[in-house]
Amino acid sequence: MHLYRLGVGEIGRLLRKRVISARDITGAFFARIRAVDQSVNAYITLLEERAHAKAKEVDAKIASGDELSPLAGIPVAVKDNICTQGVETTCGSRILSRYRPQYDATAVARLRAADAIILGKTNLDEFGMGASNEYSYYGPVANPWDLLRVPGGSSGGSAAALAAGETTLALGTDTGGSTRQPAGLCGVVGIKPTYGRVSRYGLVAFASSLDQIGAMARSVEDCALLLSIIAGHDPRDSTSAALPVPNYHDYLTGEVRGLRIGVPREYFAEGIDPEVESAVRDAIDHLAGLGAEVVDVSLPHTEYGVAVYQLVATAEASSNLARYDGIGYGFRAEDFDDLAGMYSRTRHDGFGNEVKRRIMLGAYVLSAGYYEAYYLRAQKVRSLIRRDFEEAFASVDCLATPTYPTPAFRLGEKLDDPLALYLADIYNTSANLAGIPGISIPCGYTGDGFPVGLQLLGRPFDEKTLFRIAYAYEQTAEWRHRWPELDIPVRRSADGV
Amino acid sequence: MSSGREDGGRPGADPVITADEVRHIAHLARLELTDREIEWFRVRLGAILEYVAKLNEIDIENVEPTSHVILMENVLRDDVVRPSLSRDEAIGSAPSSRNGFVAAPRIIETDDSGVV
Repeated sequence: MHLYRLGVGEIGRLLRKRVISARDITGAFFARIRAVDQSVNAYITLLEERAHAKAKEVDAKIASGDELSPLAGIPVAVKDNICTQGVETTCGSRILSRYRPQYDATAVARLRAADAIILGKTNLDEFGMGASNEYSYYGPVANPWDLLRVPGGSSGGSAAALAAGETTLALGTDTGGSTRQPAGLCGVVGIKPTYGRVSRYGLVAFASSLDQIGAMARSVEDCALLLSIIAGHDPRDSTSAALPVPNYHDYLTGEVRGLRIGVPREYFAEGIDPEVESAVRDAIDHLAGLGAEVVDVSLPHTEYGVAVYQLVATAEASSNLARYDGIGYGFRAEDFDDLAGMYSRTRHDGFGNEVKRRIMLGAYVLSAGYYEAYYLRAQKVRSLIRRDFEEAFASVDCLATPTYPTPAFRLGEKLDDPLALYLADIYNTSANLAGIPGISIPCGYTGDGFPVGLQLLGRPFDEKTLFRIAYAYEQTAEWRHRWPELDIPVRRSADGV
Repeated sequence: MSSGREDGGRPGADPVITADEVRHIAHLARLELTDREIEWFRVRLGAILEYVAKLNEIDIENVEPTSHVILMENVLRDDVVRPSLSRDEAIGSAPSSRNGFVAAPRIIETDDSGVV
């Protein structure tokens, strides 16, 4: 029995029957990580000692017959832009290479309170800025399905760790697709909740009006369970919604009859890989076969989503990242003449090129004389994108689209073509601009064996309907979940990027 | 770059953004950049600025901007004292600290007597 392959429910049953201990599970995962992570590079920091200490606590609770949380003893990985008290939180950046937060993010505090076992901190594109996980100071992450391909990004470490069996659950974050896109490219499940559903307290800010913490797992049921633990109002984040969190498990009925699924025609336009299109269309047909009503819809401003996103996200990023000045925390350059020189040398040496490019674009579009032409215009088009969704959701319960236009591409393939990389975000960024929830679930494999993701977008705070449809599909789809072979250890060097 | 635009602008036309503008933005963003880096950013920023110009196609008259997707009023709470970080914890992450203060390079020049 491979413990690393089990879901939350199975691990929980084995724990409660005392067939295995939490320490057994924790040990099995660190053995798996040692076997494969040299090739995958999913983790930046491992927390083996703390994990075993937590497992011991869980085992003591089991021994004394205490009531257990559904996540007790369950391994979870935390993306490294989410604060963990006393543990390095690097954001994939040199500038935070020595940063150890004094506090836990609310999502992390809730995981700890639920007795989940945090295995480590996962790799990401620096500050969440990227879609391939090649922009990390700690080296690129490999896709477990082909170690020479990207896992997607920016939550590529979390997605790859799940696909490779290096954790059971993972936290990602999603500013413009960063949970859904790597989930799609690695063949796992990832949900970006509605803006405000999960507290952003302790999530290192990239673009504050777009950022959300996402839940990732290998099954819809596990993903729903993870979201139910981390969701909910938090007085420490005034933008978190004071709305009750449904028991998502109640919606995993397998029943989709009577639901209306919209297929936005703009999401099946030029540039989509034929195998991706065919897998996604098959999945939509499958849902129709289960009794959902499928209707064509239009989101006319789709083609402007990436441009609006580039302006809004970089403007917010340039402001948020102004705090990295070498004074309060993190890295400080050593060779400088005066205070101003210290700032600019620290930021030059501490940030990677992609982060600098976004800071520069954001500073430009907010600078005197350009604000109205770029930033204000983008915010107005953002209103039109939101309105598109509102109109669509007046007649459908969810939208079904591809998660990404192509399967995973090769490491290095798009490194010097950022515009091409951004354009591929077309299916992902609009959900963040509109604040709506979106989930990516596996819907098959290409002929070469690479996973394809189906994205479902829903009404604000209607994650339950996304889980309901995703679960019905997952439980009845004809293809079977596969595991990557991962049998050829490849030692990659960071200087290839 | 494979999008085929090496000058960051339309062929034969003025560049979308000049090296001096890039230098100015780098100063605003407190980023030290070499001349080579200035050129690298000029090309890449030019390509993106040219792309986002497609937003000019849309009629945005009478459209209100969206800065935030959740409609909410001011969020208030009672003004009560709660436990917070100790001084040592609060400055514990600073790259340099002395006597309970974060240490930074001198900002204000003094004469030999130490008087500002």
